[in-house]
Amino acid sequence: MQNFIKRIYPKKMMFLEARKVEKKFANHVALNQVDLEVPENSIYGLLGPNGAGKTTLIRIINQITGPDRGEILINGNPLKPDDVYKIGYLPEERGLYKKMKVGEQAIYLARLKGLSRNDALKKLKYWFEKFEIQGWWDKKIEELSKGMQQKIQFIVTILHEPKLLIFDEPFSGFDPINTSILKSEILKLRENGATILFSTHNMESVEELCDHITLINNSRTILHGQVDQIKQDFKEHLVELTYTGSEDVLKQKISHPFNIRQTASTNGHHKAYIEMGDSGTINQLLKILINDIEINGLTELLPSMNEIFINVVNKSNQSSTTANTNQP
Amino acid sequence: MSKIGLIITREYTTRVKKKSFIVMSVIGPLLFAAMFVLPAWFSSMESTSEKRIAVIDQTNKYAGAISDTETLKFTWLQNDKEQQVKSEYKSMGYEAYVVISEDLLQNPDGIKIYSDAPVTIDMKSHIRRDLKKFLEKEKLESFKIDGLNEIISQVNNITVHISTIKLGEHGTEEESSTELTMMVAIIFAMLIYFFVLMYGTQVMRGIVEEKTSRIVEVIISSVKPFQLMMGKIIGIAMVALTQFLLWVVLTVAIIFGIKTALFPDGEMPTRMDKQMEIVQSSTNQEGGSTVESSEFAEQFSKIMEKAKSIDLIGPIFSFFFFFIGGYLLYAGLFAAVGAVIDNETDSQQFVMPIIMPLILSIYIAMAAFRAPDSNIAFWFSMIPFTSPIVMMARIPFQIPVWEVILSMVILTASFIFTTWFAGRIYRTGILMYGKKITYKEIWKWFRYSGK
Repeated sequence: MQNFIKRIYPKKMMFLEARKVEKKFANHVALNQVDLEVPENSIYGLLGPNGAGKTTLIRIINQITGPDRGEILINGNPLKPDDVYKIGYLPEERGLYKKMKVGEQAIYLARLKGLSRNDALKKLKYWFEKFEIQGWWDKKIEELSKGMQQKIQFIVTILHEPKLLIFDEPFSGFDPINTSILKSEILKLRENGATILFSTHNMESVEELCDHITLINNSRTILHGQVDQIKQDFKEHLVELTYTGSEDVLKQKISHPFNIRQTASTNGHHKAYIEMGDSGTINQLLKILINDIEINGLTELLPSMNEIFINVVNKSNQSSTTANTNQP
Repeated sequence: MSKIGLIITREYTTRVKKKSFIVMSVIGPLLFAAMFVLPAWFSSMESTSEKRIAVIDQTNKYAGAISDTETLKFTWLQNDKEQQVKSEYKSMGYEAYVVISEDLLQNPDGIKIYSDAPVTIDMKSHIRRDLKKFLEKEKLESFKIDGLNEIISQVNNITVHISTIKLGEHGTEEESSTELTMMVAIIFAMLIYFFVLMYGTQVMRGIVEEKTSRIVEVIISSVKPFQLMMGKIIGIAMVALTQFLLWVVLTVAIIFGIKTALFPDGEMPTRMDKQMEIVQSSTNQEGGSTVESSEFAEQFSKIMEKAKSIDLIGPIFSFFFFFIGGYLLYAGLFAAVGAVIDNETDSQQFVMPIIMPLILSIYIAMAAFRAPDSNIAFWFSMIPFTSPIVMMARIPFQIPVWEVILSMVILTASFIFTTWFAGRIYRTGILMYGKKITYKEIWKWFRYSGK
């Protein structure tokens, strides 16, 4: 596995690493030998079903709890108390003091992250102008809508310009417009040099944003790597063919190593999903078909992260249950 | 500023800016001041309304036996007016009328008061007292003793004044006033009870608020949970001290304000003097003379002298120590409860065991006022959960110094322990949501969070 990772990121420095992290709670194991290698200046997706141990790992990185075994490195050095200033954390269970005024509260939270009062004010001014929310400064949090509160929370998280940002389900509670604003802000943060670790169930946003992912299930890592690479690894060598002409002709022409998995037609547009087999190439397929039907389009189908997620998690659950039943 | 300083500042400023804090700070002193001022004000109100009472003495023996007072004026009417008075006493301007129908020495029931308004105890006891005195004299005279008046005046001059003399360790004699000492003890003990309960539960509420608003995880990604907990406990302690000092300052200011408003020349020695004088003269009608009330004023100024001479520095120092120590001890426990529960309605099962020793210590303190040196008072002033209140009830009685110091040491060790204990539970508890927590579960957290 180490070799595999070296191959994919030969030069980039790892900003955040977890090495064989273990954490047990009174009643269950939350993390079992979990590794994590987040390259500098990347967006890294931490995925997994509910209860897999993601939040525990994130809390360990934030020094909210400590690992039983293993270690966390930031920039190659073991985690130390001052590192909290380098991290901005937006927890899944988030909130603000409801009775406190927006501005006052933002300054307080920024100062806890090590900013001086003046710096905090200056930066808040910039962000409040950018989001055009200056009018909220003297409002109490409870007077704002949930989406507005989330905006404040986001600003507070990134205000001290941390090198590492950790977002746990950042898009929950945002409407589509604000979600897209948030996405572009996250991309901008990476452009400005931040490393982003981001945990979500929203696979669409993973495809859009993440460079790499780690998938945790039942406290273990079951998949990790670059998103493009993973998609390649999991592709089924399936192409989608759009054509005009007779379906029967198509069926006649397709033979080994190709195989039609499924056909569909709507309004005279025909579609066929063709498995490429072990040795088939797109060029060969075109050669076979090009004289007999009119080809409108041909695309290689890559699995969505959603499909990969479901596949891998199900497989891992099955193997763990069989492993369990095999035990005497 | 250090992070814990930031937390303390936030806890402090948000609380002292709250309306409830401001209201409490004003109402408290108003109530205290009212305790001093109202009785005097009421008695001055009463004295303005004069009541006239008609007396019909069918025996013709007791004319003038009942003396007039500031508020009660008695008119002796002829026997033949009885019918008229019975039907028209109101229109004649009388509040009530008294009928003496028989010789009271032979038949004590031979007197009745008639009125359609309730007859005040003051009025009744005044009449009874005056008649009794008159009858005693009549009875004595019936023995025909020579020089009777001389004997009576000598008897009346017998008085007893008891002063309590506390023997000091160095053989010095210090005069102490038991009543005053008790007052001081009661006030100190009640204040500690009140503040520990009120501000201890504020710690709990603050933590529950952070938990339910879910901000706690944001904050503990910047600071250690223990810092957050201690910041909250210390910040609220400072709110409590601020409230206490405000009460003292405002109460004194209000009392002095009223005093100067009523007596701009400042010729009155103290407001208390006046009040006590009124109380005295109304309860001590027999004499009703100015001689006696000025004698009381003298007595009173003596008490004030004694109050000044009581060593308050020791008790006040111990008050602040036990106040802070007791608060820290209980605040830690309340913090642990706050971390364990999800909302305040769940708090009951965990809060009860904490409040029990507090309530118990008030009962023990009541016993300690009466017997500061009893075994029960001693032991409960050593047990840290009751010692802040019980010890404060004992300290004004000048108990041995080693007992106070021992109790302080035990209390200090205990609050360090409860804070440590609470810190471990707090750390786990604040990140737990939506679980029904049992004591067994808490014990598990306590053991596991050590790792």
